[in-house]
Amino acid sequence: MKKLRYDLLLILGLLLAAAVMYLALRPGGQGGWAVVTVDGREVGRYPLSEDVTVTIGEADYNVLQIADGQAAVTEANCGDHTCVRTGAVSRAGETIVCLPHRLIVEIRGGDGSDFDATAG
Amino acid sequence: MSSRRLARYALLTALAMALSWLESLVPLAGVVPPGVKLGLTNLVVIFALYRMSLRDAAVISLIRVVLVAFTFGNSYSFAYSLAGAALSLAVMALLKRSGKFSLLGVSVAGGVSHNIAQVLVAMAVLETARLAWYLPVLLVSGIAAGVCVGAAGALIVKRIRL
Repeated sequence: MKKLRYDLLLILGLLLAAAVMYLALRPGGQGGWAVVTVDGREVGRYPLSEDVTVTIGEADYNVLQIADGQAAVTEANCGDHTCVRTGAVSRAGETIVCLPHRLIVEIRGGDGSDFDATAG
Repeated sequence: MSSRRLARYALLTALAMALSWLESLVPLAGVVPPGVKLGLTNLVVIFALYRMSLRDAAVISLIRVVLVAFTFGNSYSFAYSLAGAALSLAVMALLKRSGKFSLLGVSVAGGVSHNIAQVLVAMAVLETARLAWYLPVLLVSGIAAGVCVGAAGALIVKRIRL
């Protein structure tokens, strides 16, 4: 039973770490921009305030749709469709990731004024 | 290699693959965030670790990862699951050897480290640190999965002789 005490300590420690990380890293308020990166290079940025649908890539494509201040990947020809299942994101710091296509959609900036600060 | 050991490897590897497949049938997609899973395969690894040896567990893990990548996956999912399997086995072996934790704690550490490894690989592939915010989600889900698998694993290790 002494071992279970260590188990419990381990679990509590991990939960605490998760809570601390959550508070430090949680997505902020409503974001202003969707920034698209492929292979570590930025390929486009779109304001969340304008509804738009763009196709990123050709042979390997992801369709990014911005509507109602939210960004979502609605269609893609990657293997796992994790990006599509992630759904819509809108808060600063949130991301949609497509690992097979090495694509990231990241929400940045509150209203665009703090864009440079967040873009780092 | 004795035929007895070979038979055990084959049996446990097949079981691990079957559990991977079984887990893929549960329609969790869309209900839980990506990357969140139960990790039933870890039952087999834990069994091998406790009832056989670290070496046996490593061999079974590696064969399973390679075979699953060939059958269901691709090169990126291979890197992904290899990192998860390797880190989680290493951490579980260390915690088991320390003698301070029961199988439950070992399983929790395995689940959590598996998830951490996968986020790290994703960060490396995408060359970004911006996935870090996803770690807390996977920490908590790793703990929950580890408790479930650990509870089942403790029963199996106690009752099944192989």
